[in-house]
Amino acid sequence: MRMSVYLSAIIAFVALAAGSIILPDWAMFLFAMALAKGLVCLGIIGMMRGGVVSFGQGLYYCIGAYTATLIANHLGVSDIFLLTLLSAAVCLVVGLVFGPLLSNYRGIFFAMLSLALSMVLYGSLSKMSFIGGTDGLNIGAPTFLGWAPEGRPLQTALYLYVVAIVVISGTLMRIYFDSERGLITLATRDNELRVEYLGASVRNLMTYNYVFGALLGGIGGTIAVLALGHVDPEFAFWTTSGEFVFVAILAGYLSVPAVFVAAIILELVRSFSNLYFPNTWQLALGIFLLVVIVALPNGLGSLVSKRKENKT
Amino acid sequence: MDLLATILVDGLIYAGWLFIVSVGLTLVFGVLNILNIAHGSLYAIGAYASASLVGAYFAAGGNAFPFGSYIALILAAVLVAIVLGPLLERGLLRYFYGRDEVLNVLVTYAVFLILEDVMKLIWGVNPYFVYEPYTLLGNVEIGPLFYVGYDFAVIAAAIIVGLAVWLTLNRTRMGKVVLAVIHDAEISQTMGVNVPRIYLGAFMAGAFLAALGGALTAPMISVTPGLGPNVIIVAFAVVIIGGLGSVPGAAIGALMVGISRAASVHLVPEAELFIIYFVMAIVLMFRPEGLFAKTQARKI
Amino acid sequence: MMTNKLKATAGAALLGLGLAGPAAAQDDTFKVGVITFLSGQAAESFGVPAWNGGKLLIEMMNEGGKLPAPYDTKGFGGMNIEFVVVDEAGGATKQVQEFRNLVQREEVDAVVGYVSSGDCLAVPPVADELKAFTILYDCGTPRVFEDNSFEYVFRTAAHATMDNVSLARYLKSRDFDVPSYAGLNQDYAFGQDSWADFTGAMEQIYPDAEVKTALFPKFGAGQYGTEISALLRERPALVHSSNWGGDLQGFLIQGTARGLHERSQIVLAAGDHVIPQLGNKMPDGIFLGARGVNGLAAHARGGELKELTDTMWDAYEAEYGVFPVQAPFRMWQALFGLKTAVEKAMADNGGTKPTDEELAAAMKGLTWDAPSGRIEMALADGHQAIQPNAIGTTKWNEAEGKMELVDVEYFSARCVNPPVGIKATEWLAQGFPGAECE
Repeated sequence: MRMSVYLSAIIAFVALAAGSIILPDWAMFLFAMALAKGLVCLGIIGMMRGGVVSFGQGLYYCIGAYTATLIANHLGVSDIFLLTLLSAAVCLVVGLVFGPLLSNYRGIFFAMLSLALSMVLYGSLSKMSFIGGTDGLNIGAPTFLGWAPEGRPLQTALYLYVVAIVVISGTLMRIYFDSERGLITLATRDNELRVEYLGASVRNLMTYNYVFGALLGGIGGTIAVLALGHVDPEFAFWTTSGEFVFVAILAGYLSVPAVFVAAIILELVRSFSNLYFPNTWQLALGIFLLVVIVALPNGLGSLVSKRKENKT
Repeated sequence: MDLLATILVDGLIYAGWLFIVSVGLTLVFGVLNILNIAHGSLYAIGAYASASLVGAYFAAGGNAFPFGSYIALILAAVLVAIVLGPLLERGLLRYFYGRDEVLNVLVTYAVFLILEDVMKLIWGVNPYFVYEPYTLLGNVEIGPLFYVGYDFAVIAAAIIVGLAVWLTLNRTRMGKVVLAVIHDAEISQTMGVNVPRIYLGAFMAGAFLAALGGALTAPMISVTPGLGPNVIIVAFAVVIIGGLGSVPGAAIGALMVGISRAASVHLVPEAELFIIYFVMAIVLMFRPEGLFAKTQARKI
Repeated sequence: MMTNKLKATAGAALLGLGLAGPAAAQDDTFKVGVITFLSGQAAESFGVPAWNGGKLLIEMMNEGGKLPAPYDTKGFGGMNIEFVVVDEAGGATKQVQEFRNLVQREEVDAVVGYVSSGDCLAVPPVADELKAFTILYDCGTPRVFEDNSFEYVFRTAAHATMDNVSLARYLKSRDFDVPSYAGLNQDYAFGQDSWADFTGAMEQIYPDAEVKTALFPKFGAGQYGTEISALLRERPALVHSSNWGGDLQGFLIQGTARGLHERSQIVLAAGDHVIPQLGNKMPDGIFLGARGVNGLAAHARGGELKELTDTMWDAYEAEYGVFPVQAPFRMWQALFGLKTAVEKAMADNGGTKPTDEELAAAMKGLTWDAPSGRIEMALADGHQAIQPNAIGTTKWNEAEGKMELVDVEYFSARCVNPPVGIKATEWLAQGFPGAECE
């Protein structure tokens, strides 16, 4: 079982890394952004397996991005590994504060309270004109253990970095999903009370899943801001979080790779509808969302799992 | 003293508006169990429809009897409900009943995106104005301040809407049927209730209230693209504070948000932007399901 | 295993879609990527009128001979002008991605765009990274070139500091008494910065004036009842607002209905663009600017630019049935600047289509005429424009049924813009050192 997970991970890494050679510049950037956002969505998937959906994952996406930017601008740190670690640490702390609180909530209330938290962050950042207010801040290009590439090498390095992180986190989450705790999470989705009666603490589980979501959100935000070079409070706005939820729903909670495929598809659809229908891109995107929801009610991942079942 | 009175009056006016835009949202959630993001679009369409209709009314010689424009306002909201209600509910939402709440949020999010552009295709991006109804009722002097009579008409409209919804639900036969459907749609169906019709009716009522909110707001603003998204968030907050599906909850939520916002503008203007989320977060910390939510039995 | 195969197929399919790509621009055409608001709140007031004006001007240029000299040559130095338009709505993240797509996928020769300050801060580093010639045509924040310097990025409009300095100077030159004032500005960077600039300028010009209250309603709030009560209660002599679009229209409708304009003088930093829509609902006696000598102020100016201004004014009015306000003027000055730069670069390189480097070299420190006056790329080492400004007072002309701007005062560019080498906020705090006013 575990062997096949590692094997898939290696194959996924090789397949994705090949992109650094074959993809044109614009597509490599788009993929890097999509994968970074996919990390955030992976965190939502972790929660979705327990039956709750966070509509405020922008909170961690934004905290991660601002942490990296402020550290880079004020402490002069530009190393991507260090920035990722520090942002993840900050998000871990914040997640540990809110996790136990939110673990009491379910359904739409969990969604709305998480949304409220991210909107409070949005409001506060918009007010802080000393860190740019709604205009946000710029961050310089990252360095890689002292190496400071420019142009295509920089984009390639960033892309490979996000690919590595995606594969590592994806593998770890898969292992977690298949672990005892992960399976109990799945049971919670079906019936929470039964799980409690069996002696497991649902609150604990929810806190774990939430904190993982916070970590992944922070890492995703850090990579996104390093790729973009700019952060603003919009990172915490509800539409940003809504997009993450959409990717999670599009992917479904069954498959890990489906999350990243879904993220890439959404970015491509958005980018092309923007260009080809500049006046009606929202219409195009809305119709796309509806078609996906109607055609794939359990997400992309369900395509794969169904076939797996058929095989056995 | 004078400050306190001003805060109260300002808060009430804002709360009246908030209640009208959020009561439809809570009603639709209560009956259909759908948190409708497209509520904001219906609000915006109501504003556009009333701007067009009132404009047409005055163009057709309505100046002889300007008060008729109020009827045009309400008619616009009715029209929106009749056209879009069945289209959205029968045409789309009914396929998602009983599905995950969050999935339904996304469905309505897609509808919201689509309607944003549809509005642009119908009405363009240029602003529409209908200020006649706004100044028709004259000014009211309270202490050192002038208020527009129309502001108080909005409060009156909010009270009428609130009473009408509450009385229909609690004092009529149809209301009892609706409550039964809310409680358990399946059993109601077996008892002979035409549940799809109740759903359609509730959604149309919700659409009407959203559009009415927009129609009543249109005279005091310029109707331009981008109206919807701003309304959704405040309406959500009000409904969440009051408890999803509760009409009295929406009223209390609107009052809390309205008055705390007014107090903040007069006393601490810096805090205005997030006072609403602050109230919401505080309420949810102590009452996780909102102030007036019904407790739900847990399935074992 | 299955998952990877799925991924590979999906990826290949999507790539096929993407790589089909556009044909690269020819040597006899010049392809401009235009980014402006086509949806959302800024569409109505800025994005759409700007692009209406832009489209019109590009058509006129492509036809050739429609404009007075030196703009009577065809296209850009004989090259036909093509364009791709992208909606600016959706935030800075999206704009960075779209910028890369425009440059790397659509292979545009120049990018002209950006109304939102956030986008203007986010895009320039990418433009320099990609070495892509870019014009910021509208946004206001001084931070773009004060915090950084860029090689390939130019802003052809003055930054927003001038709007509020001009207001304060206008008050002074009209001997307006200001014992106290208050502000109502949108709660985002532009509103916050405008208020800071206005108070900064007032502290110099009216050091004794007291600030009564500073209100920052939510962007797109629509409801200003509470704020107006606060302003009525405080009774400031002056109410300052940098609101625009629907937010400004809503504020004016609700404020005038409650007599705010009778209690306080209303001054608007960017208010001209609501005149065509509000008509006589706009009260008389409001002091307002247009972020440059744009709209009515340009039409009323006359002088040697009269022919150019009238040509554009009449063409716009004939095409769209409404007179042009500030946004098309800023788009025009960007396009006239681009035309001048392209032709200058071609004169230097022997008449071939200029590269991004050649364009940037030509644009640096350039001076040209536009309907809004003489534009000089004077600041930030030749990358940031300064331009003259004008403030006027609204007056409804009952006989002709249209709003006029009276008592217009024109400020030279060096009177209301900071000189080289000093940040806007410091320039205000130090009492406008180096300002050259007539």
